[in-house]
Amino acid sequence: MQNKAQTKEKVSFFRKPAIQSIISSLICILGGLLVGFLVLFFMAVFSKDIPISEAFRGLKIVLSGPAAAGNPRDILFTCGNMLFTATPLIMTGLSVSLAFKTGLFNIGAPGQYLMGAMGSLLVALSIPQGSMPAWVIWTLALLTGTLLGVVWGAIPGFFKAKFNVNEVIVCILTNWIAANVVSWVFYANQQQFVNIAETKTNFIRKTISNGVSTATFGLDKLFAGSYLDVSIIIVSVIAVLLYVMLNKTTFGYELKACGFNRNAAKYAGMNEKRNIMLSMALAGGLAACGAALWCLNGQQDFKWNTYQALPNVGFNGIPAALLASNNPIAVIFSAIFLRYIDTGGSYLAGATKFNEYVPQLIIAVIIYFAGFSKFIRDFLNKRGKKKEKPAPAFAVDETVNAPKTQTPPEPAAEDAPEPAQTTGKDGDDQ
Amino acid sequence: MIFLLQKTLIFAIPLLIVALAGMFAERSGIINIALDGIMIFGAFAGAIAAVFLRKNPYFVSHNQLLFLICLVIAAASGAVFSLLLSFSAINLKADQTIGGTALNLLAPAITLFITKVLFSQDKLEMQTAVDAAGNNRDFGFALLNGDMGAVGQVFFDKAYISTFLAMAVFILLSVWIYKTKTGLRLRACGEHPQAAASVGIDVKKMRYIGTTISGALAGFGGYAYVATVANGTAEGTVAGMGFLALAIMIFGNWKPAGIAFGSLLFGFLKCLAVTYNKSLIKPLEAQMWMQNLLANNETFKNVYEAIFKNMYFYNLIPFVTVLIVLAFTSKKSRAPKAEGIPYDKGAR
Repeated sequence: MQNKAQTKEKVSFFRKPAIQSIISSLICILGGLLVGFLVLFFMAVFSKDIPISEAFRGLKIVLSGPAAAGNPRDILFTCGNMLFTATPLIMTGLSVSLAFKTGLFNIGAPGQYLMGAMGSLLVALSIPQGSMPAWVIWTLALLTGTLLGVVWGAIPGFFKAKFNVNEVIVCILTNWIAANVVSWVFYANQQQFVNIAETKTNFIRKTISNGVSTATFGLDKLFAGSYLDVSIIIVSVIAVLLYVMLNKTTFGYELKACGFNRNAAKYAGMNEKRNIMLSMALAGGLAACGAALWCLNGQQDFKWNTYQALPNVGFNGIPAALLASNNPIAVIFSAIFLRYIDTGGSYLAGATKFNEYVPQLIIAVIIYFAGFSKFIRDFLNKRGKKKEKPAPAFAVDETVNAPKTQTPPEPAAEDAPEPAQTTGKDGDDQ
Repeated sequence: MIFLLQKTLIFAIPLLIVALAGMFAERSGIINIALDGIMIFGAFAGAIAAVFLRKNPYFVSHNQLLFLICLVIAAASGAVFSLLLSFSAINLKADQTIGGTALNLLAPAITLFITKVLFSQDKLEMQTAVDAAGNNRDFGFALLNGDMGAVGQVFFDKAYISTFLAMAVFILLSVWIYKTKTGLRLRACGEHPQAAASVGIDVKKMRYIGTTISGALAGFGGYAYVATVANGTAEGTVAGMGFLALAIMIFGNWKPAGIAFGSLLFGFLKCLAVTYNKSLIKPLEAQMWMQNLLANNETFKNVYEAIFKNMYFYNLIPFVTVLIVLAFTSKKSRAPKAEGIPYDKGAR
């Protein structure tokens, strides 16, 4: 124990994994914003009808997020909707990050999301109003949706564990299968589910038409009549639970062990196949639960004929997870951050010559930089090493490229995640 | 039937060439999950080139030449775009899946952004151009229409130049990667880069070659997709074609022959759906037989109608087939050993 405390003291500020995660996330965000700005800038330079000042205004609007809405009431309303749309994104982000922890790449979140939406809508709209209390229908719908997602997520897990087929491929295939199955189910039951009453035939009926909607506890009033409901709180609790599961339970430890080294986990007596399947199933359940929560809000239009396009919120779970270094609690903040610049971007088209694709571009660049996190971490490690121990036996020579201008560590920045997990403390395998 | 085969070829070509693209990257040791994004980017570059070059009346009347030029531009920009992936994966040793995902997000964002700023709309159309004589819709068709018999019709009637070019490129590159010294070296870097390095092969260079060829092919494939299957409309998506190509590459066991078979099979199944959607398909023999069998039974008939007279069913066929085949062939499947692992000189 004492030994441990000693080693902890020695770790310099830049070498703490949590600090490193935050720094690398911040560098990614700054890099993304910079590149996004450069694109705007060059667009303005090369285009005759766009003045260069437009680029600065564009960046300002993206950065101001909901504040771009104008008057305080609108800002509050936009804030509420931003938080509400962040809800499913947090869930898909959690889904992707859980799979990442087990060493799997869950690109199947869109399919799981669709299955979750389908399951919850089918139940919420087909149990007649009044036959049982609305909250029972709500719960049943949520559970059905989540369960369908669990099944859908288990398919890639099963293929990976049983046949050793790359999970990315199976995820992609199941995405498109889900898209067609969902369209097919709703197509076959159009009369019952499609929103014919409001002549929105591309969409499913709102669940409020059957009296089912998520409790708001006044959150919608608080945010000036936005869609916000209690789901954001549910989701946050799920994130915390996931964090606890991953870091404080044996099961979580096993999942992470599989992620670090499948063979070592197997050697240590863990059932790595079962873990892979469980991890994918849980991931599917999370994404589907996000979809169900979104649909059960009551006011949302779900586009049913999805066979040609997959929902973006599923894919955007990947950036949310990466930006948070797969830390479940940090996912909450990264998802809200993504929605924040998305919200800002939605005002771009009205106010400038640019358009709503700018945030997407910034996010893409952020993810590109997120790939460098190992590089950044190595860099920080090298820097820390040089400071505390002048000459370790295996020191790397080329430390010359460490410039003095390091981004100042500011944990107080907008999305400071909880300390990232340290490697399991009580499980040295033999 | 002839129509079906024609369509099969049109669908299979982008898949064929993009799956080959994936093979080149993975055989050199880099997982190229960015195929989809590179396709989108290449298609966009080709389409925008077509739109701008069409301002010159010479190109409006010389469609074939324009088609070829745009194709080259698409391939070149695909190669340039893939350098982003190579740089992060080879020089910075970043996670290749993350880098690829970033490119997949980046490509639609940047193409849609530019398209909207320049043209105030979400898509770029290159199929139609008005020359002096009026509309000119058959952009890129090899003009060999005429009496050619069944075989001739499948291959030449209203065929696109890209089809022949893709076949030629496919054969050439397949021979190249198996029969030349550089090809062998490239493959060695995907199996055991340290061993390759020990005999003096520049692993980084080989991997750059692999991903750049991959990028060029994916750009080509993206352009071929947009110009043929998507009727000349580039709108920031290739309908997941790049991911499907990735699936076909695995299905084809990272080998050209398997890829050719897989893409033809998938193309055929996929165009079953399309032809059905356009109600051009005649009931197959088996279907007729089933129809007769079930004609007397109400319930079965309803079930039959619900399943077989539904486009979603045909849409599902290719995906489900590939999934099932993957399950059965996975035992024999063998990925390049070192794919996805950043090259580390010290790890011998």
